[in-house]
Amino acid sequence: MLKLDIFLSALANGLMTGAVYALISLGLTLVYGVLHIINFAHGATLTAAMFAVLIAHTVFGLDPYLAVFVLTPLFFALGYGVQRFVINPASHGNDSNILLVTLGLSIIIENALLAGFRSDTRSIDVPYGFSVVEVGNLFLSVPKLVAFVASFVVALLLWLLLAHTDTGKAIRAVAKEKTGAALSGVNVDHIYAVTFGLGAACLAIAACLLMPTFLVNPRIGNAFVLVAFTIVVLGGMGSIAGALVGGLIIGVVESLSGLYFGESLGQIGIFLIFILVLLFRPTGLFGAKA
Amino acid sequence: MSRQPYMPIVLVVVGLALLPLGLTSNTVLNFLAFAMIITLAAQGWNILGGYGGQFSFGHAVFFGTGAYAMALLQVRFGINPWLALPLAMALGAGVGFAIGYLSFRARLRGSYFALVTLAFAEVFRISANAWGFTGGAAGVLVPLRIGAEHMQFADKRLAYWLALTFVAATLALTLALSRSRFGAHLVAVRENEEAARALGVDALAVKLKAITLSGAITACAGCLYTQKFLYLDANLAYGPWISVEALLAPIIGGLGTVFGPLVGAVVLLGLGEVTKTAFANLTGGAIPGVDLVVFGVLLILCVAYAPRGVLGLAHGWLGRLKGARP
Repeated sequence: MLKLDIFLSALANGLMTGAVYALISLGLTLVYGVLHIINFAHGATLTAAMFAVLIAHTVFGLDPYLAVFVLTPLFFALGYGVQRFVINPASHGNDSNILLVTLGLSIIIENALLAGFRSDTRSIDVPYGFSVVEVGNLFLSVPKLVAFVASFVVALLLWLLLAHTDTGKAIRAVAKEKTGAALSGVNVDHIYAVTFGLGAACLAIAACLLMPTFLVNPRIGNAFVLVAFTIVVLGGMGSIAGALVGGLIIGVVESLSGLYFGESLGQIGIFLIFILVLLFRPTGLFGAKA
Repeated sequence: MSRQPYMPIVLVVVGLALLPLGLTSNTVLNFLAFAMIITLAAQGWNILGGYGGQFSFGHAVFFGTGAYAMALLQVRFGINPWLALPLAMALGAGVGFAIGYLSFRARLRGSYFALVTLAFAEVFRISANAWGFTGGAAGVLVPLRIGAEHMQFADKRLAYWLALTFVAATLALTLALSRSRFGAHLVAVRENEEAARALGVDALAVKLKAITLSGAITACAGCLYTQKFLYLDANLAYGPWISVEALLAPIIGGLGTVFGPLVGAVVLLGLGEVTKTAFANLTGGAIPGVDLVVFGVLLILCVAYAPRGVLGLAHGWLGRLKGARP
């Protein structure tokens, strides 16, 4: 029975981590779906958000779960501003330029954090950091459970926003046919920036959910971003449902391969999935077109 | 166009070769030798990215393969470095062909190609870090054996001249390539792959040739890196820093030009040194990462204001000067 318990607990852990992965991937897939480019600054933005949570906690004594309500609007504004006033004007509407500009942004953010905070790994201390609940024979970490539930709530909210609001309608219109949307009076530049802002806001939420159990250093975003790329590619670029399912799958794969093959090979497993999917099914599980 | 197209290369190379006769400080020689290594890596990137339009974000995979092959062939198999170098370049070419075959056959382009190269570099980095054969996290140390037959030079000028020889060869190769039918096909694929295909260009074969050549040249840079520092670990050889510098140098110097990578590498490294020194003087201690922040800003500024790089800017100014003349 012990074997089964270990397996189940790895499975549960994988699902819980996978939900946060899914949240991180939501921002990436949304931006891809609308702008048709990959935001290479996604990982660095996540790192920046995690440092923001750290500062909010150490300097202002703000609990990560309360910081959500400050950082989410802040990162939305940052994402909006960066897309509207840096990425968009700098890239002259050329896709490969956007790729390079977001790469430049990621280099700047990551190394500015390195210069400011050095490469030390930090974490924050919250009273509930190690609390657990017992479910059957399993002990589940409370902060991870919160992250699991919150990720689904955010995904639901995002879906409601896209499906039932005017802004959401405009985002979907721009994603489908930007010239048509522009002709019917949608401000495409504004919608692009809003999408970018939403992506950054998802990262701020993810950072607040992660920090009680994770640690942060200036390079931590890299670890998440390739995982997020894998999820987005696996789920299908631009698909929200794909990001959710992909996130859960990758979380479980990572947790189980970590259990059976050790930590470092668990990571390689993710990259191999990534390369295989890109090579043999670049449209992903849920994607309609490349 | 002048009737002697190779003349500028000869002049530039001779000029660079004469530099150490006047400047003999160790700092300058180290800087020059390192700039040549980065130029080589960047020239490899430029053939695939600049002429072929396929932006790789993971050229570290070739650099690291060359560097590790060079070190391991000597340490594990006792092979002489002069023989190890061509073997390591062949391995780099092989890795280039394999990655190219897998990704170009699957029609990966743009963001997808950038992503898949990035992922390959990460897979190689993690493997080299975990595998005992490559020395794991402790890395590989090449034993110190000074002597030309071991490709280790007591006189730093010799190491620089060796690197310069390879740079000169790739400059000539790039110029020859840009004037050849293959070069024209490569540019056609960059400008419009569908149109090139429609005109009968075998786009897959052209891109495969480019990435294979690119892999060999960037692997050569890795070999010289090994011989210069005699130490490697996974983060040095396969780390993102070299992917970034190999891509930045041609973009800053001039994408898809013969001299772009050379100009870009010198500007980039020079600026990096200036920034590091300036910040160290300002704050009284070295700050990690400031030079890379400047690189990132430079990348965005180049994309925004100088899409043809420093050479493009210079060309524009010269043109205006000539135009202004009565």
